[in-house]
Amino acid sequence: MLGKTANGLYWMYRHLERAENTSRLVETGQRIALTRSGAQEDEWGSVLQTAAVSGGYHQNHDTVTKEAAINWMLRSPDNPSSVLSAISAARQNARLVRTGITHEVWEAVNGSYMAAKEALSRRVNERDLPKVTGLIRQRTALVRGATHGTMLRNDLYDFARIGTFLERADNTARILDVKYYVLLPSIYSVGSNIDNVQWETILLSVSANGGYRIVHGNSVRPREIAKFLILDKRMPRSLYFCASKLRDNLGYLASDYGTRMPSHTLIDTLLRKFMSHDIDAIFDYGLHEYIQNVLGSLQELGMQIEIDYQFYE
Amino acid sequence: MEGFQQFDEMWGAGDDLRRPYHTFQTWFDGEDPARLRAKQREAEEVFRLTGITFNVYGRAEAEERLIPFDIIPRIISGREWQKLCRGIEQRVRAINAFLYDIYHRQEIIRAGRIPAEMIAKNDAFLPQMLGVEPPGGIYTHIVGIDLVRTGPDQFYVLEDNARTPSGVSYMLENRETMLQMFPELFSQNRVQPVQNYPRDLRHSLVDCAPAATDGPPTIAVMTPGVFNSAYFEHAFLANQMGVELVEGSDLRIVKGRIAMRTTQGYQPIDVLYRRVDDEFLDPLNFNSDSVLGVPGMMDVYRAGGITLANAPGTGIADDKAIYSYMPEIVEFYMGEKAILENVPTWRCSEPDALAYVLDNLRDLVVKEVHGSGGYGMLIGPTATKKDIAAFRKKLQARPGNYIAQPTLALSTVPIFTRQGLAPRHVDLRPFVLVRPGSIQITPGGLTRVALKKGSLVVNSSQGGGTKDTWVLED
Repeated sequence: MLGKTANGLYWMYRHLERAENTSRLVETGQRIALTRSGAQEDEWGSVLQTAAVSGGYHQNHDTVTKEAAINWMLRSPDNPSSVLSAISAARQNARLVRTGITHEVWEAVNGSYMAAKEALSRRVNERDLPKVTGLIRQRTALVRGATHGTMLRNDLYDFARIGTFLERADNTARILDVKYYVLLPSIYSVGSNIDNVQWETILLSVSANGGYRIVHGNSVRPREIAKFLILDKRMPRSLYFCASKLRDNLGYLASDYGTRMPSHTLIDTLLRKFMSHDIDAIFDYGLHEYIQNVLGSLQELGMQIEIDYQFYE
Repeated sequence: MEGFQQFDEMWGAGDDLRRPYHTFQTWFDGEDPARLRAKQREAEEVFRLTGITFNVYGRAEAEERLIPFDIIPRIISGREWQKLCRGIEQRVRAINAFLYDIYHRQEIIRAGRIPAEMIAKNDAFLPQMLGVEPPGGIYTHIVGIDLVRTGPDQFYVLEDNARTPSGVSYMLENRETMLQMFPELFSQNRVQPVQNYPRDLRHSLVDCAPAATDGPPTIAVMTPGVFNSAYFEHAFLANQMGVELVEGSDLRIVKGRIAMRTTQGYQPIDVLYRRVDDEFLDPLNFNSDSVLGVPGMMDVYRAGGITLANAPGTGIADDKAIYSYMPEIVEFYMGEKAILENVPTWRCSEPDALAYVLDNLRDLVVKEVHGSGGYGMLIGPTATKKDIAAFRKKLQARPGNYIAQPTLALSTVPIFTRQGLAPRHVDLRPFVLVRPGSIQITPGGLTRVALKKGSLVVNSSQGGGTKDTWVLED
């Protein structure tokens, strides 16, 4: 396959994953805003930060308002990570790699784009918000389903998966990075109402509240949440899960091509260094530093993959 | 040509339903127009989702547009088709013989059948191709011959597309859409399939692999990029053939071969179906500003390291000035009269012809020799006095730049409108594949239809649409 095609597939799936994650963050923000009283601006500020679009937002706005934040995240053309921008970019990449994806996948992603463009053609009012975010979730799920059901499990598929899991790992790590202090032991507000809200936000942001209850029951404890999001082996958005999928897919490439590349060493190191300890050790090391290091390693891995597989000239 | 006796392919000259349309007509009469309208909208939805669009240059907004599709098929009998095929095959053989001759001994010029300056001064003539032996001796592997019809047995060649004919993806997707929407029509009528085209194309390309090929030939389609107006088609064909779609930036020369950058390093390509114009192929040998091509590609080609389909320099055969010599060309190489007629053409470079054209602008179609897409032409009968006056000046300033033809009474085929069936003018582009020892013509082709009542311009860039084209098994 062409290096350009690997690049296109990788970014197509990164952008789809990003669109889905951003949409989920908007849903979470709205839910928190509706169910709690208090300073909403702070909450939306932190949602923007979690989506890693805070910098761009503040360059274009003086204050944080709910309407502006939602608009920025869902549909602003000035925000390259807005849902609409990300879906457009995914579709543009799909056009570039049209020869590498099945008819079903192309139709699903083209359909997503057409639906998103229509739904996000104007500002979304509060009443329509659940419908719109629901639509994004359904549409991106359709692409994932078509991919899963129709794509040959060859190198093309591996690059699609690598894009998906790098973006997802990055997303989960960023949520932890922005909210890490909420999970730290604190003498002031343990068990208070504020903490419960914050913890719930974190779980909702990665669609993990249901899974958490199944694994840990109804007692919400910060250390358990951190463990669930970082180390759980079955939770599909945990750092461990994403990293092990990255190792698997890179491994398929290595055996397919018969060559190990520097990126294989990087992912092995990442798993050994960051995923082989228990949660207490991570807290002892410092949750914030730990997440920062993981984010750095993920970025390095992404760049190495681009080099190893000749994404660019 | 006088009197404009219009020939309708469904109803003939009056309202005598023609044979190929009998079964269709019965079906159509039993259909509820409201259901058909819904189907027409459904078809558009299918096209939009499939992404069959063409890009319009110079428009940031609405950069991708759909070509309107009309659900009424154009139906040709097997007998009519066979006759056409004989003419097309003869013409395509002549074109390849002509190209070989022009880039070798130029017998046709020595014989005085074509003026030497028609070749030497023509931009489409590539001196770099002189003496080059293309693999398999073939210059145009993929040809599209544009035909128009004026009566039951009168077909004319309007244009030969010997460089990079486009539109084949519409032929295939139009059929696919019709099969999805009206399966019953295909049970009632025996329509010859077009779906083998991508497989045939691949086989044709494989058969033309160069000497340097080691093992099964590697094929690739080359596109100028995602912003090209025909990008959809390039991707579609690569996908249907199961080969890579490359751009100049994916390619470089490695050990005397054109190689593509893969995830496992550079791999040589044996046959390149290039949809990039000659002048952009190789900045070293042609247009030095081109960023689309590969420096030195022409040298690899000359050394037999790659097959380019179509070969560089084929444009000399479909140039509008050369077109007027096609009857002579066919006769010269085939030793027999051309089966398919040319539209009578006045070469404005010749003083007598120019005088005639200037006196009769109101009745003629005047075209630029190098123009395409229906731009830069004058259609006398529908032009305003002002248009004609302006065109007269252009013509006088550069007569050699123009040819003129009578306005033919193009045949019509009905389209589906709110008021029911209504006749509209059409043309036809059958697609031809050439490989060593055989010529293959896909039964069908692209029918373009002028959607505006009375209009003769069928180009998609000017509001034309397309139809599915059926060739029946007799």
